[in-house]
Amino acid sequence: MSSYLIRGARLLGAEPTDLLLRDGSVQAIGRDVDPVAATVVDAHGLVALPGLVDLHTHLREPGREDAETVRSGTAAAARGGFTAVHAMANTDPVADTAGVVEQVWRLGREAGHSEVRPVGAVTVGLRGERLAELGAMAESAAGVRVFSDDGVCVSDAVLMRRALEYVKALDGVVAQHAQEPRLTEGAQMNEGGLSGVLGLQGWPAVAEESIIARDCLLAAHVGSRLHICHVSTAGSVEIVRWAKSKGWDVTAEVTPHHLLLTDELARTYDPIFKVNPPLRSADDVEALREGLADATIDAVATDHAPHPVEEKDCEWAAAAFGMLGLETALSVVQQAMVDTGLLDWAGVADRMSARPAVIGRVAGHGRPLAVGEPANLVLYDPSATGVVRPSGSASLSRNTPYAGLTLPGRVVATFLHGRPTVLDGALR
Amino acid sequence: MDQHLLSAGDLTRDDALLLLDTAEEMRSLSDRPIKKLPTLRGRTVVNLFFEDSTRTRISFELAAKRLSADVINFAAKGSSLSKGESLKDTALTLQAMGADAVVVRHHASGAPHRLAHSAWTSGSVVNAGDGTHEHPTQALLDAFTMRRHLGALEGRHVAVVGDVLHSRVARSNALLLSTLGAQVTLVSPPTLLPVGVEAWPVEVSYDLDAVLPKVDAVMMLRVQAERMDAAFFPSAREYSRRYGLDLRRMNLLPDHALVLHPGPMNRGMEITADVADAARSVIVEQVSNGVATRMAVLYLLLSGAAPALAADDPEGPT
Repeated sequence: MSSYLIRGARLLGAEPTDLLLRDGSVQAIGRDVDPVAATVVDAHGLVALPGLVDLHTHLREPGREDAETVRSGTAAAARGGFTAVHAMANTDPVADTAGVVEQVWRLGREAGHSEVRPVGAVTVGLRGERLAELGAMAESAAGVRVFSDDGVCVSDAVLMRRALEYVKALDGVVAQHAQEPRLTEGAQMNEGGLSGVLGLQGWPAVAEESIIARDCLLAAHVGSRLHICHVSTAGSVEIVRWAKSKGWDVTAEVTPHHLLLTDELARTYDPIFKVNPPLRSADDVEALREGLADATIDAVATDHAPHPVEEKDCEWAAAAFGMLGLETALSVVQQAMVDTGLLDWAGVADRMSARPAVIGRVAGHGRPLAVGEPANLVLYDPSATGVVRPSGSASLSRNTPYAGLTLPGRVVATFLHGRPTVLDGALR
Repeated sequence: MDQHLLSAGDLTRDDALLLLDTAEEMRSLSDRPIKKLPTLRGRTVVNLFFEDSTRTRISFELAAKRLSADVINFAAKGSSLSKGESLKDTALTLQAMGADAVVVRHHASGAPHRLAHSAWTSGSVVNAGDGTHEHPTQALLDAFTMRRHLGALEGRHVAVVGDVLHSRVARSNALLLSTLGAQVTLVSPPTLLPVGVEAWPVEVSYDLDAVLPKVDAVMMLRVQAERMDAAFFPSAREYSRRYGLDLRRMNLLPDHALVLHPGPMNRGMEITADVADAARSVIVEQVSNGVATRMAVLYLLLSGAAPALAADDPEGPT
């Protein structure tokens, strides 16, 4: 197996040093590393972070290979600095059996761009009627630990209670898409001053917050582990903060877009900005940033949601929900959190690698950059800037909300098990 | 004026007054034996209706024809629209056929905005009602009608009553009337007011009886009985009792005050038959004023101030 000597990288933003990667692990760190027979990678000025772990990725395969495949989606992941992604279950067929999760897992191994950890559906067909075979998915080769009906809320309180109880035997976690269905029938955008003006049906914050509050109470009652997908409101942050203060085992994620963009973008009626949960107010963005900074929110998760052109090139109401996120995540987090002084690079590593790996029980990822640890890491140039061009994406889809925007930073290299998946910014 | 008419909020006070004055000239045409102007000869106006609305479509059609434009009606029924052709493909088709103006009615809020800001069409886009967003020509014809009876609307007080939440007429009227300096009071049960209405340039009341003695005009909005099923109000009868305009309530109005309704009316629901047919009701007049107002809109958009259009117009601005 080949060796790489990374010269002059700033580990978590600290003073420059050298890293020797050999046989899939970090073999040496320091200025006196013996470079014998290693390929040298000049990393002066670059920040080294552990490989990023995404808890929330839509790879669309099987079923919507026109939007994304496991191969194209993980290529985008590698370009974004991710070494592990959780593939959401809302495929066609739904990932609600051991067969489907194993297929997705195997496709990820074959593509080799990043580790793919399939998420299993909580209920059969995401229909919210009866539990899927969670145990079979957990015991399959895919080793599923995260279960979610993402895209649909497990709104039935009894079913949610049972799911929370059942996954305790699997060391699993239920990742809830918190959306009270009756309060959001036909909803199009954040309910606030603007929804009334634009005549787009409002999506009240309470629809998210009421489910989060209920599920925190349920998780506490049955002593299980709960993860909240893509929190988007200031109220949600407050509820999660309260639940954590009680010592309950509740974790939460926020998307990059909810850290940067606001509902004002709906004024364009351009459905590139249509997403579930919707973009919220500037006050919500502020609260989400603070929540991520104080670790009330544990993780940044992309909710990378590819859609073919025709599903966005239409009127708002007819368009699909969702936006790309893998390739721009680190840049957006830099802009929203690092450049604002809310997080340092160690904090970024914690929220984008260490904590999501623990939540998803992803072995070998999210580990410290230390001798003997798996060589999963990303080299990132925070001083670069670039204009986001949809055509430059490795994804099969083009629905990035950042098109034309100048964002800081650039992923220079990504290493998965000691092997570069991205080098000089290009896929390997 | 802008190249498009998408929202009543896009109109400046001068734009709005120019439109109303022009509509006045257009209206005088209908008293002449020959009711047609040659202004838009050779121009093509497409009525693109994704939602049934016979009265608005006919009004626009008549307006365009009185200006000598060629008119094409493109309706959801009996065309490719019912087969699911997208807004984009329809717009591209119309563009290829050389439409100078597209009058669009769509069930999705923002669809005209989308058309106007896409590369799908280069013609002027007129919003003829989009979802629960706006209906700017309705607001113009309402203002025109009120102005004919009340004079300048500056300082006048208008109540808009009913389902504000779902009403594009209410949104456009609130914006236009406040631009013209009138005071607007929205009267509605709290369930039928949008979140954030306190930021609108209007007053809000839940009590119709208290508002009526203070207004110069009252505009009753159509209320769909199916809102009852979504628990916006307990029953049609309770709605009528609390927010319907009957003879007793009409008599609370000052003598000069007008009664308007954008149509189609639910007689017995938001307005009783005797009020609809009363002398102070200008509901039928609103319809005939609609043609003159829409003539003014098409005239000003297609041969008026927009320089890009005026440049290639062989007749020049008239």
